[in-house]
Amino acid sequence: MDNTVATEHPHTHETAVHAEHAHVSLPQHRHHFETVEQQREAGSFGMWLFLLTEIMFFGGLFFAYLLYRNWYYDAFFTASNQLSVPLGAVNTVFLITSGFFMALAVWAAEVRKKDTLVWTLILTTVFGCAFLGIKYVEYHEKWEKHHIPGAHFDISEFVNPAAHGIKEKPLAPDMAERTQVFFFLYFAMTGMHALHMIIGVGLLFWLIWRARRGDFSAGYVAPIENFGLYWHFVDIVWLFLFPLLYLINRHPLH
Amino acid sequence: MSSTATIVSLPDQATARLPKRSYLNNEQGLLSWLLTGDHKRIAILYLISITFFFFIGGAFAGLIRLELLTPQPDLVAADTYNKFFTMHGIIMVFLFLVPSVPATIGNFLIPIMVGAKDLAFPKINLLSWYLYVVGGIMVLAALVLGGVDTGWTFTTPLSTHYLNTHVITAALAIFVAGFSSIFTGLNFIVTIHRMRCPGMTWFRLPLFVWSNYAASLLMVLGTPVLAITLVLVLLERVFGIGVFDPTKGGDPLLFQHLFWFYSHPAVYIMILPGMGVISETISTFSRKRVFGYTAVAFSSVAIALFGFFVWAHHMFIMGVSNYSALVFSLLTMLVAVPSAIKVFNWAFTLQKGSITFETPMLYSFGFLGLFTIGGLTGVFLGSLGMDIHLTETYFIVAHFHFVMVGGMLMAFLAGVHFWWPKMTGRMYPESLSKLAAVTTFIGFILTFMPQFILGYLGMPRRYHAYPPEYQVLNVLSTAGATVLGVGYMLPLLYLGWSLKYGAIAGDNPWQATGLEWQIQSPPLTENFIETPIMDHEAYDYEWLEQKKKNEVTTVG
Repeated sequence: MDNTVATEHPHTHETAVHAEHAHVSLPQHRHHFETVEQQREAGSFGMWLFLLTEIMFFGGLFFAYLLYRNWYYDAFFTASNQLSVPLGAVNTVFLITSGFFMALAVWAAEVRKKDTLVWTLILTTVFGCAFLGIKYVEYHEKWEKHHIPGAHFDISEFVNPAAHGIKEKPLAPDMAERTQVFFFLYFAMTGMHALHMIIGVGLLFWLIWRARRGDFSAGYVAPIENFGLYWHFVDIVWLFLFPLLYLINRHPLH
Repeated sequence: MSSTATIVSLPDQATARLPKRSYLNNEQGLLSWLLTGDHKRIAILYLISITFFFFIGGAFAGLIRLELLTPQPDLVAADTYNKFFTMHGIIMVFLFLVPSVPATIGNFLIPIMVGAKDLAFPKINLLSWYLYVVGGIMVLAALVLGGVDTGWTFTTPLSTHYLNTHVITAALAIFVAGFSSIFTGLNFIVTIHRMRCPGMTWFRLPLFVWSNYAASLLMVLGTPVLAITLVLVLLERVFGIGVFDPTKGGDPLLFQHLFWFYSHPAVYIMILPGMGVISETISTFSRKRVFGYTAVAFSSVAIALFGFFVWAHHMFIMGVSNYSALVFSLLTMLVAVPSAIKVFNWAFTLQKGSITFETPMLYSFGFLGLFTIGGLTGVFLGSLGMDIHLTETYFIVAHFHFVMVGGMLMAFLAGVHFWWPKMTGRMYPESLSKLAAVTTFIGFILTFMPQFILGYLGMPRRYHAYPPEYQVLNVLSTAGATVLGVGYMLPLLYLGWSLKYGAIAGDNPWQATGLEWQIQSPPLTENFIETPIMDHEAYDYEWLEQKKKNEVTTVG
């Protein structure tokens, strides 16, 4: 079963053209690369560069966070106490598990185990979707508490926490307004992260489809490897977001 | 000029033929162009679309100069004028200058110069062109629907709170066009790292490749920051959250920092590839290896590096602290060092060279003079005391037009003329193109030299009316702009003409040493019949002589 696709390819035009090259062994080899190895290296190098641009992209948000956290320290820690650490922690575990299965998938592709590859990719997707589901629950809670920045934003919880049964130091109204900046950054950063997750899940569906077709069962693993890099990058962004948004100064009053 | 003073070596026109098979006729039909993966065809697509946007941006420049012909606001109302200079800025910066040399000439030549068959990711290269086109169409949409009047800088809170124009469309357009730029840069870096042919070491690369490499680094590292900044502006404008709005606790200076963190390096994205073109033309037309090759190569990287640490010199009067202003002023001066290294090395390349005055060389001389003036006035502006007097005046306008138009556009035209025979297989008309080069130079000086004086006298930028005592200089400037317009129309006409009627160029009309000149013109789709092996240094004219001798003996 594993070899069916590989045996089909020698008849295609593409391979026939490249038969003259000594190095060619894969149907996916593109003609402008001298060797398959060069193609693989170029692909992974390109992916690393793309991740570098992603770091710069998120960097702008982290910079804004740094600035406003220094300016509105009180508002930031009071507002960050409104986030649910258990949900965030569960999500962190989900994401790391998803990343673990992704790493397994890369291994499975390299040792050409088609079934393992398909299953690990599916598990990667499942845990990724679970993360997004919990993120939805968290966002929904913010909506109900009027913590979404904009016209409906409500600062009464922060001005008068006792009335809402929250153990926090009350904030002056102008500082309480600044919690909006925190929540904006929270939504911008986690939202941008979630967007990357959604794109990733979309790509995973495509990869699963291709893996089932047997595309990655004959030594051609570049898409799996490069997607793995992307997926781990998205994990790592979360590993910065979780402490910055949820954990720093957790309940400093105690 | 006598025919002995030129190195154009065209084949005998009576028997000369264009090669039977080339990238131009390999496949036929519109779809074969729109779905191509060939870097050379994508370069041509870029060249056409960039030229289109250049003339739209230029039309707005013409309207601006027309309004400023008289002191009274008599042609258009103030807000229309604001839309004019905004459209001029957005189109010229994001749709012309940033992609100009890299996406056209760089796309065409970098794979050939490193000895590869194509860029590393041909499909991403094509995607990059489509993103550019989508971005361009969105800019045109913003224009047709009523325009934008933020200035190309999207300054907050003006852009987020006070304007009712199509800021969202324009900002999204630049977001999309930005990804086109990121993908081009990414493709170049991977190609230059991974696709060099055997023997092509880093220090055998043509300097054009080095400077594009440095510019690509800036594209890849800088553009994402612009993207996130524009996303924040959009979110602020649409949802009214206060990340840049001081009334809600935001900081408008944060926008300035983020915006200029990209937009200052963007200046080097625009100029560095042009410097690469100049290195090639100066060497070819003085028949000498570029003086101090290694210094020129590293100065490109140094400009890219320093370029990231000078952005706050756009903000000296915006309320940054005196200490940071001091540091940024000092760092700004540092950029002058690698730029001067380049100019001095070009001058020493010319020294004792066998100089000929072909059209690309004339444009290159234009570049040398105008870029030097533009660069030196940049040092004025980098000095704190001078900047407070000169900022937001026409001095700034003149300064960056000297660098961008006098520098980059001259380099772009030098490059287009230099490689035109390689791209099309035909020569442009020589005397007409020399006329165009001279016209451009005269028109340019006449347009922007008076603006230095205007700015020094205190005429602020971005106003559509001015006190009557400034009129003489403004009339001179508008007259110059007219000449400049003619100078830019000429190449459009005669280059188009040459596509059909130009003399057949042959493989190497300039007797240049680059790999691209050793293959047929126009090149084959796969560039090289067999993978080249680089066995000599770049700009080795003795190697070329030797090669020609050997060719004669083997054929004869």
